Amino acid sequence: MQASFDFAKGQFAHTIVLLLMVLCLSSMAQQSASAQDSQEVKIGYLRAYERGRLTISILDAVPEDLGIAGANVAINDNNTTGKFLQQHYTLKDVVLKPEDDPLPAFEQLAAGNTQFILTDLSAANVLKVADAAKAKGILVFNVGATDDSLREEDCRANVFHTAPTRSMLADGLAQYLVWKQWRKWLLVYGSHPDDTLWANALRRAATRFGAEIVEEREFKDTGGARQTDTGVAQVQRQIPVFTQGAAEHQVVVAADESEVFATYLPYRTWEPRPVAGSAGLIPMSWHPAHELWGAAQIQNRFAKAAGRRMLPKDIQAWTAIRIIGEGATRTKSSDVQKIGDFIKAPEFSIAAFKGQRVTFRRWNWQLRQPVLVADPKGVVSVSPQEGFLHQFSELDTLGIDEPETACKLN
Amino acid sequence: MRTGLLACTAALLLTSWAAPASAYKIYVSNEKGNSVSVIDSATMEVVHTIKSGQRPRGILVTPDNKYVLVCASDDDTIEIFDAATYERVGTLPSGPDPELFVLSPSGKMLYVANEDDNLVTVIDLDGRNVVAEIPVGVEPEGMGVSPDGKIIINTSETTNMAHFIDSETHEITDNVLVDARPRFAEFKSDGSQVWVSAEIGGTVSVIDVKTKEIVKKIEFEVPGLAKEALQPVGVRITKDGKKAFVALGPANRVAVVNGESYEVEKYLLVGQRVWQLAFSPDEKQIISTNGISNDVTVIDVDNLEPVKSIQVGEQPWGVAVSPQ
Repeated sequence: MQASFDFAKGQFAHTIVLLLMVLCLSSMAQQSASAQDSQEVKIGYLRAYERGRLTISILDAVPEDLGIAGANVAINDNNTTGKFLQQHYTLKDVVLKPEDDPLPAFEQLAAGNTQFILTDLSAANVLKVADAAKAKGILVFNVGATDDSLREEDCRANVFHTAPTRSMLADGLAQYLVWKQWRKWLLVYGSHPDDTLWANALRRAATRFGAEIVEEREFKDTGGARQTDTGVAQVQRQIPVFTQGAAEHQVVVAADESEVFATYLPYRTWEPRPVAGSAGLIPMSWHPAHELWGAAQIQNRFAKAAGRRMLPKDIQAWTAIRIIGEGATRTKSSDVQKIGDFIKAPEFSIAAFKGQRVTFRRWNWQLRQPVLVADPKGVVSVSPQEGFLHQFSELDTLGIDEPETACKLN
Repeated sequence: MRTGLLACTAALLLTSWAAPASAYKIYVSNEKGNSVSVIDSATMEVVHTIKSGQRPRGILVTPDNKYVLVCASDDDTIEIFDAATYERVGTLPSGPDPELFVLSPSGKMLYVANEDDNLVTVIDLDGRNVVAEIPVGVEPEGMGVSPDGKIIINTSETTNMAHFIDSETHEITDNVLVDARPRFAEFKSDGSQVWVSAEIGGTVSVIDVKTKEIVKKIEFEVPGLAKEALQPVGVRITKDGKKAFVALGPANRVAVVNGESYEVEKYLLVGQRVWQLAFSPDEKQIISTNGISNDVTVIDVDNLEPVKSIQVGEQPWGVAVSPQ
């Protein structure tokens, strides 16, 4: 009895092994067939990451996977769609130091038949990559640099921009401040080149929307540690004095991209005034707490994948890869030329959790997009504000518009 | 003579007043208010407010009219309410974040879109258990089922497809690409077509069920409104297939579309941010939920005119009706 039972079991196991082998073989055959049929879309990601870059608040420390984490979620999303169409997306992440030349890394990506490259680099390095990419027919998506120059005098026909420009961000903020009737601004700006660019965008926005900069003050970066054990006490005395005696203003607007002083402004100004710009009320493409228009879904998906909340560069990278995916899906192709032509068509649009379709400005390939105006806890408003009209798209009330642009790609 | 005329008018008035002999109940899920408003069509007033779970969205009445089912999205469950007593009598294992669902024509199977997990969950209503989970595209939302119960449709908002699912095998048989952010799928009662709205794309795709071809992409245009504001969501088609109603979101309008020529015949101004629609049982009226104005609009289907706005709870989302 026992023996026959064992025997039966043995035979059963034997059959299972055979079955498994047959199954494996057939699935291998299937896999190789589908690998042959499936189209591969190869995307590269070139980014500069400064290890240990200090911020005034530790909460603002730049995550090591900033941007790339959003790109990874988009690759997953595209592959979920791709499985219905036999399309597959891959992503190669290359991390550089800010001072590195991006060209060797670019050449490596190009040698691996990468068709699309996302960049999170300085404006100068975006240009280097763009010009090298042109010769190879590679399309570049600038997901990091907010420099207006890349969309104006230095614009390129093979570079799409999903990052908003400083002028778009400044206009988004200015529209809200003007809507609020806070028209008199005290502008405080830092002493680094990026602070100057941001301050210029804010000055332009004030002029455009009827606000008045009643006084400007420069906050010089004199070096030294960002935080010390007794730093708070000193800052508490320093900031009121710095803002003392300014012409009558309704809001303090700060331009500090270099993380030197803006975070110290709220609650410490001489006059009790709200702070905007680089602290307090900040214009941005995305906020970790933005949940409107279905954004809760991507926020959940992102948090599950990355273990943190989603930041502006994450959505900018997500959107770039979704745009590539949209091109591949609709053209049923992985060909960079076909996908590029599709994206450049006037009717191209995409959903990006901003309450309306987002499209490209055809004169410089900048993505039109609403700007969130937010404080550290959540979204306060979304610009363009009601009443800021435009003959073509109200989104073009944000940033440098077609009649003023120095770039005429179409 | 005069009295005769008066009597006559009175009689006419009475008959027209008595017309809603087929009185019915309207159930409205209030997404922010965590409640379901119950409206009596005879008085057009809210007669009861049911306390629901967190963030109620999709809502339907079972074919026997005994139960109201509500997706309590943030509670990750589907609640069952007794339509007579309004008591909660049970819950269903919906999977995470259920948003919209549809019942099989037999009333036995419930098909649920789980937005966060790229799944359609199939629930056996008798056993109250999950019988299948079907992987679909990114952010599944709209759900439809063919009148013969054989085809389930799911729309995925980021993949931008209508997935055709075989209700026997639970396998996807076809995928039809539509425009951006497809929100809703509605079959014609003869099963020949399924209409899929694309909120961000701004279109409704009419898909031939046999060939899986898009035979028409309906576009919308309202003078003075930006194209971006025309965002189709809820779609309902009359049983004779002649008229379709499309809720246009932030355009604050319901479009009336000819079911045969696909021409947009009229735009009806309702409340703010109109999302979902439901016909009265006799199809003489259609009700829209207006999320931002916190009301629903009752539209006369023959005259194509809004006849009444009724305040409900905070941010009405879904709507379902049943005979009294």
